[in-house]
Amino acid sequence: MSTKNTQTSADAPLPVLLPFRIEPTRLGTPRLAPVHAVLIGAGLALLAGTAWAQADAAQLSPLDVIIKWAPLLLYGFAFNILISMIAMALGTGAGLGVGLGMLSENPLLARVCWALTQFFRNAPWLVLLFFVMFLVPFQITVFGVRIPLPDWVKATVGFSLPVMANVAEIVRGAVRSVPSTQWEAAESLAFTPRQTMWQIILPQCVKRMLPPWMNLYSLVTMATVQASIVGVSEMLTLTAQVHTAEGGRPELFAPLYGFALFCFFLYCYPIDRFTARLERRFHIR
Amino acid sequence: MAAATDPRPWTPDQPIVQLIDVHKSFGTLEVLKGVSFDVKKGEVICIIGPSGSGKSTLIRCINALVPVTSGTILVENIEVADPKLDKLALRRKVGMVFQQYNLFPHKTALQNVMMAPIHVLHQDKGEVEERARALMKKVRLTGKEDSYPGELSGGQQQRVAIARSLAMRPDIMLFDEVTAALDPETVKEVLFTIRELAEDGMTCLLVTHEMNFARDVADHIYFTDHGVIVEHGPPASFFSAPSDPRTREFLSQVL
Repeated sequence: MSTKNTQTSADAPLPVLLPFRIEPTRLGTPRLAPVHAVLIGAGLALLAGTAWAQADAAQLSPLDVIIKWAPLLLYGFAFNILISMIAMALGTGAGLGVGLGMLSENPLLARVCWALTQFFRNAPWLVLLFFVMFLVPFQITVFGVRIPLPDWVKATVGFSLPVMANVAEIVRGAVRSVPSTQWEAAESLAFTPRQTMWQIILPQCVKRMLPPWMNLYSLVTMATVQASIVGVSEMLTLTAQVHTAEGGRPELFAPLYGFALFCFFLYCYPIDRFTARLERRFHIR
Repeated sequence: MAAATDPRPWTPDQPIVQLIDVHKSFGTLEVLKGVSFDVKKGEVICIIGPSGSGKSTLIRCINALVPVTSGTILVENIEVADPKLDKLALRRKVGMVFQQYNLFPHKTALQNVMMAPIHVLHQDKGEVEERARALMKKVRLTGKEDSYPGELSGGQQQRVAIARSLAMRPDIMLFDEVTAALDPETVKEVLFTIRELAEDGMTCLLVTHEMNFARDVADHIYFTDHGVIVEHGPPASFFSAPSDPRTREFLSQVL
């Protein structure tokens, strides 16, 4: 082989020899514009329309089916919202505790909270959900009083665990992002560390925590449909049941699930926009 | 050891701050290599010297923001280096103002001034507010009570920081290069406030690069270099006839 040949092959790198790289992905929900909603809606309508055109004229149109079942489906959707809100509330409360625990001067507490956060942040939500569903009994007895634990309560607890871990990380990051000079100033004014945290540091963190927290809420809301896998009567479960009740007609598949998509989109999209606006506003200041 | 746990009662004729052979190391880097001096009540002390000479560390040791490696610091006969020290009790006596103001950005100017007396000293809110308004007037910021730190200029923020510190009614004020981050025009207003404080009889320790101010206001000047006090004296003799070559070189560069 001549030198010239080697040179050319060196100049033009062989694709197979290039190192494999995973492109870094941006965390968080993808940003959607209203035009996407219109496109998706139009696509679904077209799909449903063609399907229906091939169907028996005696049957209800997809639109009529949706209107007929809308109260039930919306009831299911309200259940998704309820689960997401309770899970978020529980997770935020616990996450605040765990996040502050990670920052504790007590090394044991800090380690335990760190481990908790890492464990629940790096576990698939569905696996956590299964664990809670099958590990927690259907009722507990406290001081002789039987408290039933329906499936949806267990699912809510299951969702609150990853929320807790993510909130803990948000809290830790926000507290760390406050300049250490704020601690110094408070120290020199004879504030105790606890007072400094609650009076001076955390109030400044709220602004920094709000956008990621709302982003997390959006994710939780969308994740609640996973509860259908463990039999909670939320929107996705009900949609499947409605589909079966209508004879499992294939042309109803897209409109019914499209309706579910549409509901989630209508709910999560404004949150997403609002988060983006907050992020922009806080960046400027 | 008995003196550390049960300090002799302090009387105003004794030094209010006393440093005896103070050493401070950060890892292997020795920042203070045996610093000793006394400050009498009502005195204004200026500490000058090239950057990295340990001035800021020295002043931070006095209110226990930075723990000393060895040596003794007495503030009103309280041993600062005592591990059992009640740091909060010490910091109620010693106010501190920082180069970067370090105001609490989520509180208004007035709230910044009121926070520590209310939460730390548990004083009556109405009384604290009255005092805070008086302090805002004293630093000539009447009308800026409800502004947030972000809406104030550097000089105004620094004066709020001074008022915030004074609200704790300290016996000693520490100023750590408080004009270093300011525009030349606003330096004057802050120095004016400090001068008034000094004239009111407040014991002040300043780390500063404002030589003219030090000459006018200080009772005593300390020049530090590489962690030791190279030279000290009253401003008149210090500036007109420095004896050490390092002082002469430094003064020739900054004057």
